[in-house]
Amino acid sequence: MVVDRKIRVLVAKPGLDGHDVGAKVVARSLKEAGFDVTYTGLRKSPEEIVRRAVELDVDVIGLSLLSGSHLPFCRRLRELRQEHGLKDVLLLVGGVIPEKDRQALKDLGVDGIFPAGTPLDSVAEFIRTNVS
Amino acid sequence: MNRESISDIKPVVNESGIEIRPVYTPEDVAASGGSERIGMPGEFPFTRGIHRSMYRKQPWTMRQYAGFGTPEETNGRFRYLIDNGQTGLNVAFDLPTQVGLDSDDSLAEGEVGRVGMAVDTLKDFEIAFEGIDLDKITVSLTINGAAPALIAMYFAMAEKRGYDVARLRGTAQNDILKEFIGRGTWVFPVEPSIKLVGDTILYCAENAPLYSPVSVCGYHIRESGANPVEEMAYAFCIAKAYIDHVLARGMAIDDFASRLSFNFDIFGNLFEQVAKFRAARRLWATILKEQYHAADPRSMWMRMIAGGGGAGLTVEQPQNNIVRGAYYALVSALSGTQTMALCCYDEAYTIPSEAAARISLRTMQILMEEIGLCDTVDPLAGSYYVETLTNQMEERIRAVMAAVDAQGGIVKAISEGRIQNAVSRQALDRVRKLERGEIRRVGMNCYRAEEDEERPIEFHPFKEEVAAEQIVRLDRIRAERDNDAVRRALDRVQTDADKERNVMPAVVEAVKQYASVGELTKCLVDVYGRYEEPVDL
Repeated sequence: MVVDRKIRVLVAKPGLDGHDVGAKVVARSLKEAGFDVTYTGLRKSPEEIVRRAVELDVDVIGLSLLSGSHLPFCRRLRELRQEHGLKDVLLLVGGVIPEKDRQALKDLGVDGIFPAGTPLDSVAEFIRTNVS
Repeated sequence: MNRESISDIKPVVNESGIEIRPVYTPEDVAASGGSERIGMPGEFPFTRGIHRSMYRKQPWTMRQYAGFGTPEETNGRFRYLIDNGQTGLNVAFDLPTQVGLDSDDSLAEGEVGRVGMAVDTLKDFEIAFEGIDLDKITVSLTINGAAPALIAMYFAMAEKRGYDVARLRGTAQNDILKEFIGRGTWVFPVEPSIKLVGDTILYCAENAPLYSPVSVCGYHIRESGANPVEEMAYAFCIAKAYIDHVLARGMAIDDFASRLSFNFDIFGNLFEQVAKFRAARRLWATILKEQYHAADPRSMWMRMIAGGGGAGLTVEQPQNNIVRGAYYALVSALSGTQTMALCCYDEAYTIPSEAAARISLRTMQILMEEIGLCDTVDPLAGSYYVETLTNQMEERIRAVMAAVDAQGGIVKAISEGRIQNAVSRQALDRVRKLERGEIRRVGMNCYRAEEDEERPIEFHPFKEEVAAEQIVRLDRIRAERDNDAVRRALDRVQTDADKERNVMPAVVEAVKQYASVGELTKCLVDVYGRYEEPVDL
């Protein structure tokens, strides 16, 4: 039986970048929108992010990346998602994501890309539409 | 004046929460506290500036933030900026360096040389500053968590090139408390982090008395969501925490206070920013004189770098950021800054291109050379509006500082994550206001155009081979250096940390033996542990 529960979201800051204004803004806005949100804090490895995602049984992982290292991280995350059976978890990426890299990110299994300037409500809406 | 018609118009409240009147009169100045405390430039309480003749004697230093890739590439950008008239350097380090990791650390993968210059050992400093005259060009190091090692490397590099460290000028950011609020390059827990800042202040007071070991940053706190009043209040609380720590270790206030400096943010309402700086300068001087009994006027100076804030710029229509940068630079000059830096128009996307960096530099030079800003000190003084606002801002900054103190002080507030929570709530509020159009941003929430999708930005070409080059150099240094001497030096760092002695003499000795940033950081982590971030939303 499926228990009716809030959609669970893990907002994560991979890598060494400490600029977390955006990650926290999105996390807070999703919490206000009624989701069950956990924020990882800074400097999380792909391994740690996946471990937390499994532990919390989340529906969505949202990564905030500003330093330009989004491709290597998402590459590693793809392997880990497959390893840990997280293929049904929605993977979102936000931050400084140049247009030229967006197709490559989608090819790595990223479901939604929300570059800086995206309206906050559209993130919530995307999650509601795409988490089944 | 027709008061009746004025009462019909829409009220305006600035970001700091002060209601702005459509017209100001001498009565407003009087009601806000009068004009007795304006004084003269170069005289207590320094409302009008810390120097008597300000830019007549010496215009502001131009110090664009720069650094990427290898030290060789960064040296090239430094020379380019200096050739174009830049008068100071502001070094950007890559993230592994900033959090104390070597380029070959597995956690550094993908990040070496990406957002700044990679540094592992003294060798990298030798290369980065080759051919740059350190007497003419003052250097600011944007380093916090790993500051002891990098300050030591700067001194060691200068000494090796024949400069007298006792005469060396320059600045390290080295403001770790704000890193817990914004920017996030902390390494150690809060208390030992403050102790390390204290170590650098004490070491510099004794060995490099012209060097500024700390630049206390309101900038990043404001970028993280604070309003202009809170920006100044939190920065002052943090500066006081460092002062209290150093005083407790037995140093006299006038032996180090004059070497503290500040880094502040500029975006938003022009008059609010100018009043913010004038109010803060007066308040800081008063705090130093009345609370700390400083006698040397230089101890009371709020010296600052004030530059164009990233949070005011837009991703949309990025060329508009050139115009914004020019206004922010104008504010900075009208506010009596010592040093100026502007975010480049492409900086929301990428490492600034040479062309973008030069536009920022030219912006400051146009202000300096063409429009008369250097002729007269504090030209907005005496404006009923600016003087009223200056009084009101000072009162509000005092009130926020008092509230922090009433709740146990800034160190406790940061340790418990309270300041972080407050500013991040405000950051969300700011985004909501931008989305609703209550805060206007041209090209973002008004005056948008279809063609905005084509953004004329040239992306910085990141070279994947940077990491490999750095690792080759690091391996070579580890093979060639005197590893016994390195081990002894690192042991001394660890022992000194363990025994709560000043680690700086040992750190300087270790970097001279080519100990790496990662090795030094590990020694200190073994003693101090690592910071655990509060992550409640």
